[in-house]
Amino acid sequence: MENLNGYLIISAILFSIGTIGVLTRKNAIVIFMCVEMMLNAVNLTFVALSRHLGNLDGQVFVFFVMTVAAAEAAVGLALMIAFYNNKESIDVDDVNLMKW
Amino acid sequence: METLFFLIISLVAIVSAILVVTCRNPINSALSLILTFFCLATYYVMLDAPFMAAVQVMVYAGAIMVLIVFTIMLLNIRVNASKSQSHKIVLGTIIGFFTLINTAVIVFKGRVAIPSGPLTGEIIKQQGHTELIGREMFTTFLLPFEITSILLLVAIIGAVILAKKKI
Repeated sequence: MENLNGYLIISAILFSIGTIGVLTRKNAIVIFMCVEMMLNAVNLTFVALSRHLGNLDGQVFVFFVMTVAAAEAAVGLALMIAFYNNKESIDVDDVNLMKW
Repeated sequence: METLFFLIISLVAIVSAILVVTCRNPINSALSLILTFFCLATYYVMLDAPFMAAVQVMVYAGAIMVLIVFTIMLLNIRVNASKSQSHKIVLGTIIGFFTLINTAVIVFKGRVAIPSGPLTGEIIKQQGHTELIGREMFTTFLLPFEITSILLLVAIIGAVILAKKKI
C-alpha cells in the first residue's frame, strides 16, 4: 500500500475516458456504460483513500454507490426500452420530442 | 513484484476502458467494460478489500452488466455503418483531457488533511474484512442502509412501470 498516487491516477484516467465517452458517443447504452465506468473510477478512489487512511467509511460509501448504480441501471434501461418502443432508435440525437 | 502486477493490471484496465469508448458495436463495449470491472476488482484485492472485490464482481460484472447486455440484445440495434456513431469528438476529447489534468494536479499537489484511522493491514487480516464492513454498516451507517432499501424498492417499481408496453 505504498503507491496511493498510482491508484488515484488510474482512477483519474478511467474517469476522464468515461467523460470523453459520455460527451462524444451517440448510442444511449454506450453513454450509460461510460457513466458506470465513471462511477467505478470514483469507487476506486474511495477504496484507495479508505485503505490509506485506515478508515472504513469510504468502503461503506462504495457499497452505497453500487446500490445507486444498480437502481440507475434498472430505471435507465427501462427508460431506454420505452424510448426505443416509441422511436425505433436509441441515438441521443433522436431524443427531440420536446424540441421546439 | 507488486508494482509489476499493478502496471500490468493498469495497462489492461486503461486499454479496455478505451475500447469501451471506441468500439462501434455496443456489445463489444459491454464486454470491454466487464474486463475493466474485473481489473478494478483486482485493485480492490490489492488494497486489502476482498469483500469489495467480491461485491464488484457479483453486482457490477454480474448483475448490472447482464442487465445491460440483455437490453442490448432485446433492442437488437443494428450498427449502421454509414451513419456516424459519435459527435463533437475534438471538443469532447479536449474537455476529457482538462478533466484528467485537473484531477492529476489535485492528486499530486493535494495532501490528506484528516488524521489517519486505526485500521491497518494486520487488523483487517485478523478480524476479516467482511466483519469489519458489516459492523460499520449496521452501527454507524444504519440509517443510510435502511434508506438504500427504499431506493431499491423505488427502482423496482419504476422499472416495472416504465418498461410496460403502454405507459
